[in-house]
Amino acid sequence: MSQQAHPTRLSAAFRRVDPPVAIAFGCIVAMLLLGSLYSRSFLSPEYLLQQLKVASFLGVIATGMMIVILLGQIDLSVPWVVAVGGMMSTAATGWGPVGQTMAIPFGIACGVVLGLVNGVGVAYLRIPSMIITLAVNAVAQGLMVVHTGGFSPQDSSSPAMRTLATGDLLLGLPNALLVWAAVGAGAIFLLNRTTFGRAVYGIGNRERAAYLSGIDTQRTVLIAFALAGGLSAFGGVLLAGYASKAAQGMGEAYLLPAIAAVVLGGASILGGRGSYLGTIAGVILITLLQSILSVVQMPEAGRQIIYGVVIIAMLLLYGREGRAR
Amino acid sequence: MSDWRYKLSENRATLLAFVFFIVMFGIYSSNHPAGFNANVVQTAANKGVLLALVAMAQTFVVVTAGIDLSVGMVFVLANCLASWIVVGSPATAALGVIGVLACGLICGAINGMIVIYGRLQPIVTTIASGAVFFGIALLLRPVPGGDVYGPLADALTGRLFGAIPASLVALLAVIVVVWIPYRRSAIGRAAYAVGSSEPAAFMSGVPVQGAKFCAYLLSGLIASVAGLFLTFVTYSGEASSANGGSYTLFSIAAVVLGGVSLFGGSGSAIGAVFGALMFRTIGDLLFVFNLDPLWQPLFQGVVLLAAVCVGSARLFQVRNRLELFG
Amino acid sequence: MQSSAQPLLRMEGVSKRYGGVRALEKADLVVNAGQIHAILGENGAGKSTLIKVLSGVVAPDAGRIMYDGAEVTFASPAAANRAGIVCIFQELSLIPDLSVADNISISNPPRRLGMIDRSAQRRIAEEAMARAGAQDIHPLALVKDLPLSRRQMVEIAKALARNPRVLILDEATSALTAADVAKVFVVLKRLRDEGLSLLYISHRMHEIAELADRCTVFRNGSNVATYAAGTKSDNEVVEMMIGREYSHVFPPKIKAPADAALPLLEVRNLSWTDRLRDISFSARAGEVVGLGGLDGQGQRELLLALFGVLRGVRGEIRVGGANVAPASPHAAKDKTIGMALIPEDRKTEGLMLPMSVRENLSFAALGRVSSGGIIDHDKERGLIGEMIDLLAIRTASIDGPVGALSGGNQQKVVIAKWLMTEPRIILLNDPTRGIDVGTKQEIYQLLRRLADSGAAIVFYTTDYDELIGCCDKALVLYDGAIKRVLEGSEITERALIASALNIAAAPYDAAAARQ
Repeated sequence: MSQQAHPTRLSAAFRRVDPPVAIAFGCIVAMLLLGSLYSRSFLSPEYLLQQLKVASFLGVIATGMMIVILLGQIDLSVPWVVAVGGMMSTAATGWGPVGQTMAIPFGIACGVVLGLVNGVGVAYLRIPSMIITLAVNAVAQGLMVVHTGGFSPQDSSSPAMRTLATGDLLLGLPNALLVWAAVGAGAIFLLNRTTFGRAVYGIGNRERAAYLSGIDTQRTVLIAFALAGGLSAFGGVLLAGYASKAAQGMGEAYLLPAIAAVVLGGASILGGRGSYLGTIAGVILITLLQSILSVVQMPEAGRQIIYGVVIIAMLLLYGREGRAR
Repeated sequence: MSDWRYKLSENRATLLAFVFFIVMFGIYSSNHPAGFNANVVQTAANKGVLLALVAMAQTFVVVTAGIDLSVGMVFVLANCLASWIVVGSPATAALGVIGVLACGLICGAINGMIVIYGRLQPIVTTIASGAVFFGIALLLRPVPGGDVYGPLADALTGRLFGAIPASLVALLAVIVVVWIPYRRSAIGRAAYAVGSSEPAAFMSGVPVQGAKFCAYLLSGLIASVAGLFLTFVTYSGEASSANGGSYTLFSIAAVVLGGVSLFGGSGSAIGAVFGALMFRTIGDLLFVFNLDPLWQPLFQGVVLLAAVCVGSARLFQVRNRLELFG
Repeated sequence: MQSSAQPLLRMEGVSKRYGGVRALEKADLVVNAGQIHAILGENGAGKSTLIKVLSGVVAPDAGRIMYDGAEVTFASPAAANRAGIVCIFQELSLIPDLSVADNISISNPPRRLGMIDRSAQRRIAEEAMARAGAQDIHPLALVKDLPLSRRQMVEIAKALARNPRVLILDEATSALTAADVAKVFVVLKRLRDEGLSLLYISHRMHEIAELADRCTVFRNGSNVATYAAGTKSDNEVVEMMIGREYSHVFPPKIKAPADAALPLLEVRNLSWTDRLRDISFSARAGEVVGLGGLDGQGQRELLLALFGVLRGVRGEIRVGGANVAPASPHAAKDKTIGMALIPEDRKTEGLMLPMSVRENLSFAALGRVSSGGIIDHDKERGLIGEMIDLLAIRTASIDGPVGALSGGNQQKVVIAKWLMTEPRIILLNDPTRGIDVGTKQEIYQLLRRLADSGAAIVFYTTDYDELIGCCDKALVLYDGAIKRVLEGSEITERALIASALNIAAAPYDAAAARQ
């Protein structure tokens, strides 16, 4: 029989850390140490907290992306769903006191609706996620262009949004970081402790087997995309809170980093494999990389090149993916 | 007679794309305020050919069941490089052209090697390599500028016999010289085999790695041709990531509109070309109907959404749902 | 049926080991020109390794291969092909999105000016298909538009286009309809008469009886007997295959009480495309119903139709008297219907190989180990522990990947997964294929226990012994319809083969003649 002594939680957690996650965290430490050779302030609490705050925005968006990637799909609608979140929440702020209190939920809800469109396309119409999310991205952009009249959005964010993104209520920790922590805790719970999470991993591993096991695969995919849409929009809400207003193209800079963060965290782009811990590592890694490159005043050209090279190098290090499954 | 039936059926998607494009262009030009004149066609052609070339580049890779998210960046890189080296005397300009094409081949080779020998997935590989290519483009052109060999640029963006846009002729030349021989060659067919079913291709002794590598090479090459052409149109080089990003994403849309399957194994670059031209025309249709240009992006997005939804209607004919899963 | 004086192909003392497993152990084989030579053996007897050695896929560790009187070594399948040894595998190697002509000349197309010469290619395709007896297939048709049986014909044509002198068929008829099997046999015999050597690997005695000139039985990697076809009885052959006295041990069947009133599962006039025609049968609680007949007659489709996987199913399905129409496995699994399906291919349809044993086991019954969508890990471990005990699943740890388990244990995980849903009706799609004898016995016991506890079981198997030993009722299918229903002691191999074969209208009834 195979009943063993129930392992302690800690040792079980350590056993589940796979090499890519360890390597990613290792790289984070290495980068900080290397940076500290350039300047001591790289290891200062202020700097680290600032980085974590900046990382939080990417972190929230990457959470949604991770769920979709675990399914074996991709969400290319992030750029403009983020913008929708930002612009709709700031617009709602301008609609009187009711609008102001509902600004954040409203922004997120808009993202959820767009995510549902993605989900219906992928789950029920079997359209490849790459193309339906691309189309939804285009539609979202179109809607926002019409909404803003082609100008920069003039609405400002609600006080709640600003506090969420820039304040620090608890022990001097940035609120944005706490928000990410909450979202992350929710994601970890969802993925590891719920039937939904189990279904996501199953579908990502082998959708055919999940379907034949009687899992409602369509509903799972739908919910996953709706979640991703909501989280992307929430990221936009936070970004709008941080800058006090929304901006055209505010989400453009988050698509590729979100995908990279998830993949650098050890998740397989084909689906079925990956832990949230890895995504956390990936997000921090990318944020840190971008920050260090800007602190040493690396010109944008160098930043892009190093960014690309680091991603490829680390993926090659993790071991070859995409073997026949 | 049944031969024609089979040939028709095999090229059905491409023909559909062609028909849709003709219909749309017909609506466009018949309603154009300035009428259907040579100038209108020339401007439209120049814009359309750019996307058509990038879409063609994307097709090579998509046929093998891969994706190339760096095409837009190779396009931009080639543009910046051309603004430096396709200048001077006819001889130096010719060398410059060769240099730009070589650059495209090298970019393609890098993608190919990482995907094949590094065994990384195309989607993440090309995201990362795209960043690298863009960085190099920025090094070349931190600010927009440069020049290009005038006579060649004018010739290719002008008109032949006063009516036919030279860009369309050039596009046709690329199709005839590159795509058609590729499609009919053993290595081209191998690419389709790989995209259709890699395990079956392997079992049948098809050169899987060679086919994939060639596909990435050609993708880079044609993307650089597109970048070269952009230099001819704008007479300068600009490292714009927005431009590169949108061309990449639009190339995917064009490819899908053109009937190329994202799962690989079927479709044609000719269809992708029509898909690109269609995509461009859609945007311009609004202008023609005097609708507020504000609505153009939304219109474009909705049409794209409708097109992909309709394209999947075939799936409703599936009798055994297990076929829906890989 | 002439054979030339000198053997065309001879294997002498060939051995091949994979790690600690001796796949081939000093195996001998003699193949003559103008002869159909059948190779029989259980799973794991070495048949597939034999083919791989002969067709150049793997190199032997010891021994030699004599071809045309000279010793040869094949470095690759391409090399073997060039020498004239071509193999047709069970898994098709055709490219779906390419045309038939493209597929036939896929690896070495005729060229002109660097490009593929399409008209020459088409001629090659037409010649090859004529030779295979498949002239009705248009060379420009796309493979994916052809039904499975036509595709197998194209596969055969593709092999013939390489001008083989030795043609190896590895379970190549499993996808064909009965009518096509007959056609293929005609073609194979014509090729034999033209002087080809054919090596025919199959476990279907009736096919071998009809086709083969000589037979060789393999067991544990060696050739245990070679004889002219028709000179040994089926029993003798089976004994040679399993190396012991022929006695499968099946648990005794307890006849369900006749007053078990309503049938638990009742099917009336079930039809689907052209694969299922007007099927009607019933299964009572405690009854084990078997689906027999030649492969590919609709047995698999019937199970899928019951389970809600097929679209456009007509007819009635009644469970416990109530009319049901499951639209998906999710609906079929629901308590109101209570069905379970153990699918055909455990690796791609039954399990998520990289996921843990625990996760796979609870996957179909997540409702039982959770409340409100939240999984209770302790409850999960408890239930899983029970299942593992119940089925005696041998695994080092329940958190290790299920892909690391042996085939038999993997299948047990699949079955356990479904037992966790406490189903009323259990459907099984060839559950013991590729499983070792010991585990098979355990599965038979399990099925009988499940039936005794009130489940209705419908199972499809390609093994006659299982139909005879396990089932209370056997339905013999042909071309999507039930041709004969055998109950209790009526189920004998003779009756099963007879009803399956008589319908096939073979050109000469070798099996019937011997009975």
